Amino acid sequence: MPLFAASRKVYPQSVSGPFRRAKWLILFLCLGIYYLLPFLRWDRGPHLPDQAVLADIANGRFYFFFIEIWPQEVYYFTGLLILASFVLFLMNAVAGRVWCGYLCPQTVWTDLFLAVERFFEGDRRERMRRDEAPWSADKLWRKSAKHAVWLVIAWWTGGAWVLYFADAPTLVRELATFTAPISAYVWIAILTFTTYSLAGIMREQVCKFMCPWPRIQAALTDDEALNVTYRYDRGEPRVSVKQAQKLRAQGAPAGDCIDCHQCVAVCPTGIDIRDGAQVDCIQCGLCIDACDTVMARIGRPTRLIAYDTETNVKRRMAGKPAIYRPLRVRTLIYAALIVVVGGAMLWQLATRRTADISVLHERAPLFVTLSDGSIRNAYAVRLLNKRPQVRPFALTVAGLPGIRIDAVGIAPTADLRPVVTVDPDSSREVRVLVTVPAGVPLEASQAITITASDLFAGETVRATDHFMAPGAKP
Amino acid sequence: MDQRHDAPEIDPVTGHATTGHEWDGIRELNTPLPRWWLGIFYATIIWSFGYWIVYPAWPLLTDATRGVIGYATRSDITVQMNELKAQRAALAAGMTEATPAQIKADPKLFQIATAQGKAAFGDNCAACHGVGGAGAKGYPNLNDDDWLWGGSLDTIMQTLRHGIRVAGNDDTRVSQMPAFGRDGLLKRGEINAVANHVRELAGLPTEPKADLALGRKLFADNCAACHGPAGKGNQELGAPNLTDAISLYGMDMASLTETIGNSRNGVMPAWGGRLDETTLKALTVYVHSLGGGQ
Repeated sequence: MPLFAASRKVYPQSVSGPFRRAKWLILFLCLGIYYLLPFLRWDRGPHLPDQAVLADIANGRFYFFFIEIWPQEVYYFTGLLILASFVLFLMNAVAGRVWCGYLCPQTVWTDLFLAVERFFEGDRRERMRRDEAPWSADKLWRKSAKHAVWLVIAWWTGGAWVLYFADAPTLVRELATFTAPISAYVWIAILTFTTYSLAGIMREQVCKFMCPWPRIQAALTDDEALNVTYRYDRGEPRVSVKQAQKLRAQGAPAGDCIDCHQCVAVCPTGIDIRDGAQVDCIQCGLCIDACDTVMARIGRPTRLIAYDTETNVKRRMAGKPAIYRPLRVRTLIYAALIVVVGGAMLWQLATRRTADISVLHERAPLFVTLSDGSIRNAYAVRLLNKRPQVRPFALTVAGLPGIRIDAVGIAPTADLRPVVTVDPDSSREVRVLVTVPAGVPLEASQAITITASDLFAGETVRATDHFMAPGAKP
Repeated sequence: MDQRHDAPEIDPVTGHATTGHEWDGIRELNTPLPRWWLGIFYATIIWSFGYWIVYPAWPLLTDATRGVIGYATRSDITVQMNELKAQRAALAAGMTEATPAQIKADPKLFQIATAQGKAAFGDNCAACHGVGGAGAKGYPNLNDDDWLWGGSLDTIMQTLRHGIRVAGNDDTRVSQMPAFGRDGLLKRGEINAVANHVRELAGLPTEPKADLALGRKLFADNCAACHGPAGKGNQELGAPNLTDAISLYGMDMASLTETIGNSRNGVMPAWGGRLDETTLKALTVYVHSLGGGQ
């Protein structure tokens, strides 16, 4: 005896209409970008990779067109994730789960896999009939061909993924000659398996059982959000076409819904939208296309199922006109947050420097008394050069009378400034000694500023730290 | 599907079958978990049996089951340590050839040497000289610019290799300051006078009743041979400069009379036989880079 009832297999029927066309368009757009983007080139100069989008894990760099992100700048990704959540919230507040229905990778790949299935096994009825029929040569070759094409798509999906982590043309050649790193093959295998099983086999069950968004979305939505809605004010009571004509002739009320179940047949998650808004609905709008076709055929107004709000259905029931309020407190707050977070990120990106300095005071010892009585502190100074050229940085220090700076292993210039050269697109740490002559009155701790100036480009970065003197406690 | 002859109860509101379970009048709907989900769940349970057999798993009274492949975290560590050693050997290869001066001139070797030297310093030197070479009373601070035996790469390497006052090592650094009090060379009052003169040399206040003239004469007779007439010291002999702002054993009266009366003869081990050449070089370069290197 099974612990639970088996889930019902969904056989979505093909459908045509504006929403289906929108989905095809988005599918080609998204997959086109995903598969081709790694091959887009972007000239960054002689020392840097020329791939437009590249996650260079080995060298700790992420390249996105003109943006180059260093490991210590991963907060940009945090910002992007926050931004993505707000955009998702806003989309949800305005038009429900448009993400799920049109943009979610699960939806996009499932759509593609369904198209392959239809190509080999036919539409809904034919597939159902074939699944019930005993195995035959015809059934075998159709099923095999379907799975083979699925596997090719899944394999290519995993293949495209690894291209984002290395120079794409080189990696393609390496993959073909079996000289690529083993991790590339492992990742392709993993993603082939997940794409095949998620988009080919699990499909709507991913949305229903694995994805957390339906639960979160249900908590975020309200009656004013546009959702795929069955207008029961117009559809009920459900009667046949003939019955409806008869009733209307008598002046009696008759609904437009003829209970043809087309909306159920085309639904990729296998639900009946006429049961109202529900967690299984990904709001792809295919039921709208299906219902519109039927309405046109029986000569009734289209959009019996439409993007509509719960509020409007109730208002029409009460005889009031429909109202749409996309500008609500909820949507305005989300929009404002998007502007604030996006603006902050853009500002940060626009004002980011191509050089950086970080200073770490050495703690053992906190300070050293030299033979002439002067006091010296040591610091680990790290200089970052994000440009593709070698850059010389002159170090200076300020904050106390007679204060002097030296870098271990680097001869100072005539004006006593040590000049540290940093290689292109890298960082260099130097041990820096800061000395204050004897006789300068010193507190246990005082602030000083260490400045690094690019001798050619003139860019200047500075950092403040403390200068410790006798009396300081470790 | 449920094949029991008693048909499942149907929930009137949703039309779903129920499990027949009821709590406080609420009936549980029989909402199916997907088969693949259950399949994975059962597979993980079966998989765990494999773990029990393959890996050490079950605690016994005095031991634990060993597992059939002989896996142990300890053997993992041995493998990793060997890999690490091989890696380090490749890095250190360049250092076996180079002299400390060449290492210092090559930025890449310098980086490796200071990193390796820092680790070796922590293991061998930090116990006396402190982490970072800050030193303590009697243990020289290696960050300052005052060197008893010289602060060049060669002299540091020599001190490291042969140590200081190491019995049986012919090349060890030796300086013998007599114990003027204990050996009866100077009387108590004379020691006090010399101590006051040393403070005078260093520019420190002297005791009001001190016989500075006696101190000056005794210093010239007994101390100047090593420390120089002006007390500036001599690195050849390991005699410290008494006039600078740094002292190894303290410049207060009590410390000075103790030093003059009983002498101080600190010992540093010779690391020549204990550490390999590459590590000695790395230590030399690291100590030199602390800031006092000449």
